Amino acid sequence: MELVTPDLGLLFWTGIVFCILLFLLVKFAWKPILSAVNAREEKISSALELAEKTKEEMKTLQAANENLLKEARSERDSMIKDAKEVASKMVEDAKGTAKVEASKLVAAARESINAEKGAAIAELKTHMATFSIEIAEKVVRGELSSAEKQKALADKLVDDINLN
Amino acid sequence: MALRSMIKAFLAVMFVSSAVFASEHESSHGHEEKAFNVNEMIMHHISDAHEWHLWGDSHNGTTIYLPIILIDGGLKMFSASHLYHGKSVTALDDDGKEYHYNVGEGVAEGYALFHETIYKLEHGELHFEGGHPHNAAPLDFSITRNVASLFITFFLMILIMFSVARFYKKNGAVAPKGIAKFIEPLIIFVRDDIAKANIGETKYKKYVHYLLTIFFFIWVSNLTGLIPLLGSNLTGNISVTLFLATATLLVTVFSGNKNYWKHIFATPGVPVALLPIMIPIEVVGILTKPFALMVRLFANITAGHIIILALISIIFINQSAGWGFLSVPMALFISVLELLVAFLQAYLFAMLSALFIGAAVEEAHH
Repeated sequence: MELVTPDLGLLFWTGIVFCILLFLLVKFAWKPILSAVNAREEKISSALELAEKTKEEMKTLQAANENLLKEARSERDSMIKDAKEVASKMVEDAKGTAKVEASKLVAAARESINAEKGAAIAELKTHMATFSIEIAEKVVRGELSSAEKQKALADKLVDDINLN
Repeated sequence: MALRSMIKAFLAVMFVSSAVFASEHESSHGHEEKAFNVNEMIMHHISDAHEWHLWGDSHNGTTIYLPIILIDGGLKMFSASHLYHGKSVTALDDDGKEYHYNVGEGVAEGYALFHETIYKLEHGELHFEGGHPHNAAPLDFSITRNVASLFITFFLMILIMFSVARFYKKNGAVAPKGIAKFIEPLIIFVRDDIAKANIGETKYKKYVHYLLTIFFFIWVSNLTGLIPLLGSNLTGNISVTLFLATATLLVTVFSGNKNYWKHIFATPGVPVALLPIMIPIEVVGILTKPFALMVRLFANITAGHIIILALISIIFINQSAGWGFLSVPMALFISVLELLVAFLQAYLFAMLSALFIGAAVEEAHH
């Protein structure tokens, strides 16, 4: 029975000690500890949130970068294509004009060659005529150098004429 | 097989040594010592006392005499040594049963100590009837062993919690180190798993301080109670648990909202004709909950102390130190179990307190 009979003195002291303890701990321990723990928890959760947000931002940024890169790439591709086209066109044009010029040149050359050829032939002809006349003169002179020869020639010529 | 042979060897050693020690004991001491009374020894250890008995036998051992404070026509203070060192008197009641009590000397003149209770002497003696003295007892506000260990708990908690608080004050909201690292998870455990879980996200803030205090108070008291020499059966004392349960009762009753009282005095869904029966039941229910708290803590802690003392008593009952091979491992096992019980009972008390408070502040959701 003694064991389960409350003792007034101990009850009194327990009450006093517990109340003082409660007061002191609430004021100087629980409040500062809990506020610090809460502050830290908030700090951690906000930091985590920020990290998540930053991650999202990074993702969008990365996507934007990718887009930008893609655009730049396509632009570059089109630029290269244009440049190639222009270059090939220029080459084509150049080739065309060159051909025309060349053919013109060739035509002109051919003309002048022909003209020169004609002139040369004409000159040759005149020279040949002169040479022929000179040769004929020399031959005639030789043929007519003596009387026999003149007679022989005349005979021959007569023969030829006769024959004709 | 190895285990079985080990047990066999162990038992063999135990019996042989018990025989050796027993014969030694008989030859050296003979029959001069009075028989060992287990019941008395255990009751002495788990009850409160006006002295702090450290070691040695009760007459010339080492003891700290605690201050005695009486209210008996004014405040009277003196050392308990005046009672313990007083004349030992043997009295007989009407049935011829013997009682031993100590009569105070010097400043303690006029008082007597019987079974750790102080009585006023009448005609210089105590009158026994039906096993109890019939003399008047003054109001005893002495610093008993339990009160002293209450102070130890108080200073321990102040020391620990203030140094934890100092850590946060100094370092701000950083990861805990040192003692804060150990205590913080417990504080968060009480806050989240006891207060928040049972009272609710918004309302718990008002009660978390009370729950923290009660949890750590019980836990620290339970643990100091397990330390030999330093400990006393504080939380295994009905006065202490009575106070703690009353505190929870008061917190519950004073934070009860309309919904709570409605459930007690006009339980929804109960026919009006049944209310005369229901109301007394519900009102008794308010009291039985903290009563269960009081008895649970008291019984668990006291039982733990009794088991350990009983196991140690095996040695003294058999009057042979050899039995220590059996009783010491068993007492050690129970001691380790008591470490768990110390935490578990603190947790249960705080958790159930939170549950009752949670029921009292719950909003209607019908």
